[in-house]
Amino acid sequence: MADQAQLLPGTLDLLILRAVSLGPLHGYGVLLRIGQISRNALLIEQGALYPGLFRLVRQGLLKASWGTSENNRRAKFYELTAAGRRRLREETDNWNRLVAAIASALSVQPEEV
Amino acid sequence: MKLLDSLRFHIATLFQGSRRNAEIEEELRSHIQHRADDLERSGLDRAEAERRAHIEFGGQERFREECHEALGSNFIDSLLQDVRFALRVLRKSSGFTVAAVLTLALAIGANALVFGVMDGLILRPLNVAQAESLYGTEYGDYSGFQSYPNYLDLRDRNRSFDDLAAFNFVFVGLDTGNNPSQATGYATSGNYFDVLKIQPLFGRVFHSSDEHGRNSAPYIVLSYGYWHSRFQDDRGVVGRVIQLDKHPFTVIGVAPPEFRGTLLFVSPDFFMPIVNQEQVGGENILDARGNIHGVFEAFGHLKPGVTLAQAVADVNAVGANLEKTYPKEVSHKSSSLSRQGLTSFGGPVRAFVAGLMLLAGLILLAACANLGSLFAAHAADRSREVALRLALGSSRNRILRQLLTEAVLISLVGGALGLMGSVALLGRLSMWQPFPGAPVHVPISPDAKLYVVALVLALVSGFLFGIVPVRQVLRANPYEIVKAGSAGRLGRRTTVRDVLLVVQIAICAVLVTSSMVAVRGLVRSLHSNFGFEQRNVMLVSANLAMAGYSADRVSAMQKRMIDAMETISGVERVGLVNNYPPLVYASGSRANVFKDEIRDLRQSNVAAMPFRYDVSPGYFDAASTALLAGKTFSWHDDKDAPPVAVVNRELAVKMFGSVTNAIGMYYRMQDGTRVQVVGVVEDGKYLSVTEDQQPAMFLSSLQSPSSAAYLVVRSRRDPQELAAAMRSKMRELDAGLPVNIDTWSTLLDVVLFPSRVATVSLGVMGMMGAMLSITGIFGMAAYSVSKRLRELGIRIALGAKRTEVLQAALGQAFKLLAFGSSAGLLLGILASRVLSFIVYQATPRDPLVLGGVVLAMLLLGLLSTWIPARRALSIDPLVMLREE
Repeated sequence: MADQAQLLPGTLDLLILRAVSLGPLHGYGVLLRIGQISRNALLIEQGALYPGLFRLVRQGLLKASWGTSENNRRAKFYELTAAGRRRLREETDNWNRLVAAIASALSVQPEEV
Repeated sequence: MKLLDSLRFHIATLFQGSRRNAEIEEELRSHIQHRADDLERSGLDRAEAERRAHIEFGGQERFREECHEALGSNFIDSLLQDVRFALRVLRKSSGFTVAAVLTLALAIGANALVFGVMDGLILRPLNVAQAESLYGTEYGDYSGFQSYPNYLDLRDRNRSFDDLAAFNFVFVGLDTGNNPSQATGYATSGNYFDVLKIQPLFGRVFHSSDEHGRNSAPYIVLSYGYWHSRFQDDRGVVGRVIQLDKHPFTVIGVAPPEFRGTLLFVSPDFFMPIVNQEQVGGENILDARGNIHGVFEAFGHLKPGVTLAQAVADVNAVGANLEKTYPKEVSHKSSSLSRQGLTSFGGPVRAFVAGLMLLAGLILLAACANLGSLFAAHAADRSREVALRLALGSSRNRILRQLLTEAVLISLVGGALGLMGSVALLGRLSMWQPFPGAPVHVPISPDAKLYVVALVLALVSGFLFGIVPVRQVLRANPYEIVKAGSAGRLGRRTTVRDVLLVVQIAICAVLVTSSMVAVRGLVRSLHSNFGFEQRNVMLVSANLAMAGYSADRVSAMQKRMIDAMETISGVERVGLVNNYPPLVYASGSRANVFKDEIRDLRQSNVAAMPFRYDVSPGYFDAASTALLAGKTFSWHDDKDAPPVAVVNRELAVKMFGSVTNAIGMYYRMQDGTRVQVVGVVEDGKYLSVTEDQQPAMFLSSLQSPSSAAYLVVRSRRDPQELAAAMRSKMRELDAGLPVNIDTWSTLLDVVLFPSRVATVSLGVMGMMGAMLSITGIFGMAAYSVSKRLRELGIRIALGAKRTEVLQAALGQAFKLLAFGSSAGLLLGILASRVLSFIVYQATPRDPLVLGGVVLAMLLLGLLSTWIPARRALSIDPLVMLREE
């Protein structure tokens, strides 16, 4: 657990969108999927997931419907809307630009300045 | 797209407040269950797995709240929260709430009431198809009267109307076989129903094709109301023959319930063809071009594309042409066209309603001023609370929303109360039959328009004055206010509140002044000299035509009726007057008179148009009309004697220079008859109590008998007691003759009706104004006392006298009251000039009125400062200082 990274503010939404983009998921499933695709490198408080999910639904990026899970339990499933897909693309681009910029800034050597 | 989605989401959440909670719960629970399933699979037992899942999930309460936040605050929830808080605040300051709600209720009630009346009388067109293109003719003297031949010519020669219909009133004895009773109908042109495009409820209506000249169409169509009340909804009535004034008429149909004639005030019992009017009116109007009472109003739909101005020009051209062709019979003043429904009453009714609107507007203005100062005071009282909330991080937005919620709540409650009151009053008004025996009613029914108007007025005034304190709140500096404590900055200088209060008091004083002027005017007009003495007089109306008397038998029968009345013990004098006595049903007829030397009796040579009354010997005694010179009629002034007349002072002076000169002189009537003046009587009122002095002439009824007449019976006893004796005497003479018996005073009510209504409305408005100023001054005084409790307490502790305490506490309120009242009194005196148009002898230059207003305002001041003054005097300095 100790080697898990803290989430940067605002990145949880991006992770949720990405997780759901791979196929409809219920809340717990989103958590597992994020763990899976991030190779368990990120620390996510389980409860914090839900305000994020609701926020995305309210913004019209996700849509939710009740269904039955693989454990045969009632659960709310989330999937991307068209707007959500668009937002995921934009946010991914933004993120990549940001990462590239930060990385290049951090990797700069004194003689390069 | 995104907007739509979020809108849908909002709407969904609006109605899903509690379901949303349940869903969040279920989803969180589902998460924990799934986690517990996984943990169970890794070897834990179920209970331990669930415990671990709960712990891993984290602070459930916190996440639940964050979820709610993430979903957005629920509009309804926060609204309910605002409303709950507002209710708490309002309950806490119940004085403010009651004053504000009452103020609004009064103002909204008054305005809704007046709007309801205006809607019923002016805004709403007649209940017929395409009422907007329906216009009726009005003549130069603002009455629609015209002769039947003129109507026919106008109908055939005009190029503006699709078709022109006409109607007149008929008052008949209607007998279904056993019980003759008086009924009111319209005698209409054959095309009447076709012009209005009215289909009968059942049976048929008559058409132009039914008219084949004089008395050719003995048909009647019943109105729905009369069919319901007199024939008990009997559908078999069609085809039945009933007697109108002893002439057989066949009932051919019943009009639809929504159609109640073409005059808003007078709904007829039945409709009959005007070509048969002779059978019920006793005279043939069909060829009488000079008889301008032949038709009450002609009306029709304007042709498409014809403007009102074109139509008026067209009608005037026809009129001018008729005058040229028939100079003896036709005098054409300029005609105009008006919307159907009010005809000649349109002008006065509109003026009256406009006046009421103005007064109601004043009430609203005063109420708004009142509300403004109430809200300002309320906000000032709460400045500490608001400051605290601001200091604790509440947004100004939120606080403003809170204030507005309070304002809206007050305006809704006040508006609803006012509306309920006005709807109840309007209901009473529409049931009201102001005159006994006349089918007159006020056509009012509250509808959606009224509710909308009341709601909008309430909300607008609530909003406007709810935001008066907004500036105060926005500029509030929490630090300063909290530091200064509740004694705060004390408004010694003139504030917005003071100005509002002065304005309000001034408006109220205007209302009080006007109402007093009106009441005084009415009292005076009731006691002024009408040229007769109505007390102790019964009027017995009997139309011999209704019992089938032919013209030659009328005079003898009327003499027998007079004699019969005189045999009743207690009866002093009995006289008779044809048609209507003066001031009864505002109905009088004028006649043209010419100087004796005039030979060419054209309209332009007319010397005077006196009111004409045909009276029997004994009439002047019975009416107590004083004879100034000469003599009155005797039973010898009959058809075989030369025509004689008694004139009033006005006509004597106008025609002959003086009262004494007139005796023995001659003048000429329209038909050329020379009439000798034998007597002069005092002036009087004839058509309305507010009219300028009019000329009048009295002719001998024996020389021009008419079947429709009133017996004027003066008695020593209360005339009411004699009514039964009179009725039985009349039955002895002819059981088939319908008779109406009323006191002259009762019938005068009709003439006094406008000024009565005006007085009552003004009185009510004045009362409202008074109540508004009470709430206003009370609010102001109570507020200033409560703000200065501490200061007053110190003054008392230091030994101030009671008068000094009062001076300190209420001096300002009284100063404002005095200032506002005097301004209002001045304005009221100016406004009263307007009143003199409706109210007889309305003059504000009347010490009684002036004194009354001053006294009233003083009383109002005392009344409304009584409680605050008591409070100021009962301050216990010890308690006061301990509390601080």
